[in-house]
Amino acid sequence: MTDFGLDGYKQGWKDKLFGMSFIYMFLIIILAGIGTMTLYSAANGDWQPWAIRHITRFVTAFALMIAMALIDAKYYYKSAYAFYFATFMMLVAVELMGHTGMGAQRWINLGIFKLQPSELMKIGIVLFLARYFSVTTVQGIKSVRGIIIPAVFTILPVALIAVEPDLGTALMVLCTASVMLFAVGVQWWKFAGAAAAVAATLPVVWNCLHEYQQNRVLTFLNPERDPLGTGYHIIQSKIAFGSGGIFGKGFLRGTQTHLNFLPEKHTDFIFTMFSEEFGMLGSFCLIFINMLILAMGYVFAYRSRNYFARLTIVGLNTNYFLYVFINIAMVMGVLPVVGVPLPLISYGGTVMFSIMASFGIMLCMSVNYDNNTE
Amino acid sequence: MNSYNIEKNHILSRRLFWIMAVNFLAFTVLMARLYFLQVFEADKYRMLSDENRISTRFLLSPRGTIYDRNGEIIAKNEQNFQALIIAEQTPDIEETLREFEKIIPLSEEEEGKVLKDIKNKRRFIPVKLKDNLNWDEVSQILLHAPDLPGVEINEGLTRKYPYAELYAHILGYVGAVSENDKKDQKDNPLYMVPGFKIGKSGLERSFDYKLQGKSGTVKLEVNAYGRVMKEIERDGGHQGESLNLTVDSRLQKAAYEAFGEESGAAVVMDVRSGEILAMVSTPSFDPNLFTNGISYKHWNELSTNERTPLVNKAVSGQYSPGSTFKIVVALAALEAGIIDADTHYYCAGGMEIGNIRFHCWNHYGHGSLNVVEALKYSCDIFFYETALRVGVDKIREMALKLGLGQTLSVGLGNEKSGLIPSKSWKKANYDTLWAPGDSANTGIGQGYVSVTPLQLVTMLSRVVNGGYAVSPTFIRGNEKDRKSFKRLDISTRNIELVKQGMYEVVNGVGGTAKKAKFNLDGVRMGGKTGTTQVRRISMKERRSGIIHDSQLPWKLRNHAWFMGFTPVDNPRYAVAVIVEHGSSGSGVAAPIASKILQEALILDIK
Repeated sequence: MTDFGLDGYKQGWKDKLFGMSFIYMFLIIILAGIGTMTLYSAANGDWQPWAIRHITRFVTAFALMIAMALIDAKYYYKSAYAFYFATFMMLVAVELMGHTGMGAQRWINLGIFKLQPSELMKIGIVLFLARYFSVTTVQGIKSVRGIIIPAVFTILPVALIAVEPDLGTALMVLCTASVMLFAVGVQWWKFAGAAAAVAATLPVVWNCLHEYQQNRVLTFLNPERDPLGTGYHIIQSKIAFGSGGIFGKGFLRGTQTHLNFLPEKHTDFIFTMFSEEFGMLGSFCLIFINMLILAMGYVFAYRSRNYFARLTIVGLNTNYFLYVFINIAMVMGVLPVVGVPLPLISYGGTVMFSIMASFGIMLCMSVNYDNNTE
Repeated sequence: MNSYNIEKNHILSRRLFWIMAVNFLAFTVLMARLYFLQVFEADKYRMLSDENRISTRFLLSPRGTIYDRNGEIIAKNEQNFQALIIAEQTPDIEETLREFEKIIPLSEEEEGKVLKDIKNKRRFIPVKLKDNLNWDEVSQILLHAPDLPGVEINEGLTRKYPYAELYAHILGYVGAVSENDKKDQKDNPLYMVPGFKIGKSGLERSFDYKLQGKSGTVKLEVNAYGRVMKEIERDGGHQGESLNLTVDSRLQKAAYEAFGEESGAAVVMDVRSGEILAMVSTPSFDPNLFTNGISYKHWNELSTNERTPLVNKAVSGQYSPGSTFKIVVALAALEAGIIDADTHYYCAGGMEIGNIRFHCWNHYGHGSLNVVEALKYSCDIFFYETALRVGVDKIREMALKLGLGQTLSVGLGNEKSGLIPSKSWKKANYDTLWAPGDSANTGIGQGYVSVTPLQLVTMLSRVVNGGYAVSPTFIRGNEKDRKSFKRLDISTRNIELVKQGMYEVVNGVGGTAKKAKFNLDGVRMGGKTGTTQVRRISMKERRSGIIHDSQLPWKLRNHAWFMGFTPVDNPRYAVAVIVEHGSSGSGVAAPIASKILQEALILDIK
């Protein structure tokens, strides 16, 4: 199927490199810089143990991003299904190991690092759906039958991730897939129908949730329910935000964090720490940088004339949006605490590499935007 | 390009716009939330943040010192050195403990407690190794400081009573706050501070607020685990006020020692001012034992002793006044005009009242005697006759006037009011009418009448000072000239008559307390004895001969009273002495009172 391009004129790697958006890369570096600085503060003004490793990881991940951006876009197209199925098999493997091991099992130990298949699935589902829809017809998309296959191939990994249990990631994958379905033109009423169906099954789902998950939702609805247990985190987080005020308490001077009232300050609650020290103005800047990154992603998608590339960018951009939105919303008590980190800021290798890989794919798609030779 | 492909791209571009719009809208919601938290609710959260990080602690102020009338310290704060260990500051706790024990050995029990505390507490919290170190031990620890990492010396203050058991019943003692104490002090955060001591009894308790002073506060920055990071602010507070008492330690000591092994109480009062110069209750206890919590063994010893060392018998002990009450009866009768100096009654050793026979203590009888003689010999028949004629109401009126039957509020806890009966009181409590025999019994201070030693000395003071309503007090500084006390409506002539009676008791030939008399450069004592039954003597026993007190078990022996004053011409000191089960007022109580009053005269208390 040469109709859909990706195999026409070949760019050299230099053309590609200089065709990439430097502004985009610059914004990413700025975010990682803010992350390093905040981790330095989280360790009470020490490069150890987080800041130095964060910056090392970022440099490695940045190289990975460039490498992935330089790969020919058609390889992503060609290997989309294979990647999806390989990831799917890993999810099954993790699920089986989880039954033999103790409690929740989310990763496969590869020696040098631990691989989280659920994290790969965030990219896998995007590539799968982008490829699937790039060859369907409008009529196909608009028919009920046309979305059965993508729906099934979405629900299966979501269900596997949910039973790990990792409800946050499962919902993120489901959301990303839904946005992609919306992007390709699935009618509004089908979403309404699905929403109604979800609402109807909610009581059933509630009963299937683990007790700690139920507690999280209940505590989210009323943090004072358990001020010393699960509600403690969110109450302390809100105190940190509020006491930061407009201008913040200053770098290295956030009392809530430095006196250890705030939990998980270097991972999930890092935005709280940033906001306590830099206030509302600093937080607005951080959100604004993220908006710029997202906006540039949508511009890439807009400019590209390759459907697979466009849909891939929409999917990956949505994934990034969900990370940022869910993290900030949960630490401010707008969403339940579901354990989603803030990309490039939070300490942690998995999200760093997975998000930089997705930036790499988006950059790749952006430099191949005019590759759609009919 | 295929048409469906163009359409698909069109749809994607349109929907891309919506997706982007939703993304930006979502971020706008987050920013609105930030604005709400960081601008609108900032003040509330700033306060909560400070509550988190700032811990206010109390600096306990030294308790006020208590002095006797000569400026002698009778309650003070003593520096108490404690050795503490902070687990996180030593690389090897067991090694440090071994080194420590080379200097100050710990018992197995103490060591076990230290190890348990270290295990249970956070590593930066100091754990007590040893209390009450002396200066030698402290300097040894400081000298070996390099071998004792994590060991600290803490200076605290402990209440100390230098006179130990001498002042136990006046001063009381301090102790840790109990759950009961907290109930009345809900809004006082000091009561939650560990190590805070309050007055638990005696003057320590009644003047607690004054003695406590005002505690200071220090504001500290603490982290989530309670570790202190730095000091933010300090407010010093001020020391408790000191207390100047009216008591004289020398006289107090003499009074205490005069009792020897006897169980009883004595109160010495300045008849002109009501100042209490000494108040003892024996046996006593060491209040220092209570400061850091009394051991079960000591507590058991004190609380099961039949001579009740924990009770202040001077204010809480209620006894029949016996013959000492004849002063009240005599005054009531004289004031009512029922008798005068020349009224004589005949004592034949016994008389019939109703159909009951009443005896005089001297069953041979005293013959005919007047009021002065009746007091001198303590004739019972005279006072049966007098009481029957004057009636209980008049006696009661006089008793209340002189300070009996009521609490006198000297600031010691558990002060009893005693009892002066009346006709209506008997009706209410026994549902029977007042019988003539009740009046006769009241006439000799038996039956329902009861008083405390403090009341008795107050009564005596009010009589011998010429009828001024002095009130007992422990606090110096509010000294009142006797003219400023209310003059009681008692004629001087009648007062002189009973004083003469009391002079004769001690100094007259055949007076009941003649053995206790003294003559210090012409200064003499007057007084009145009293011996009160604690059991009823049956008719059968009277017929077969009354069993002598020394043959009875201690608990059944008579109480012995004596109240005395000196100098006779211009009274200054009054004393009331009770010796529980002392058998004889003249034989046991009077010599003690005599010793105490002589000591007071010799000391010439200022």
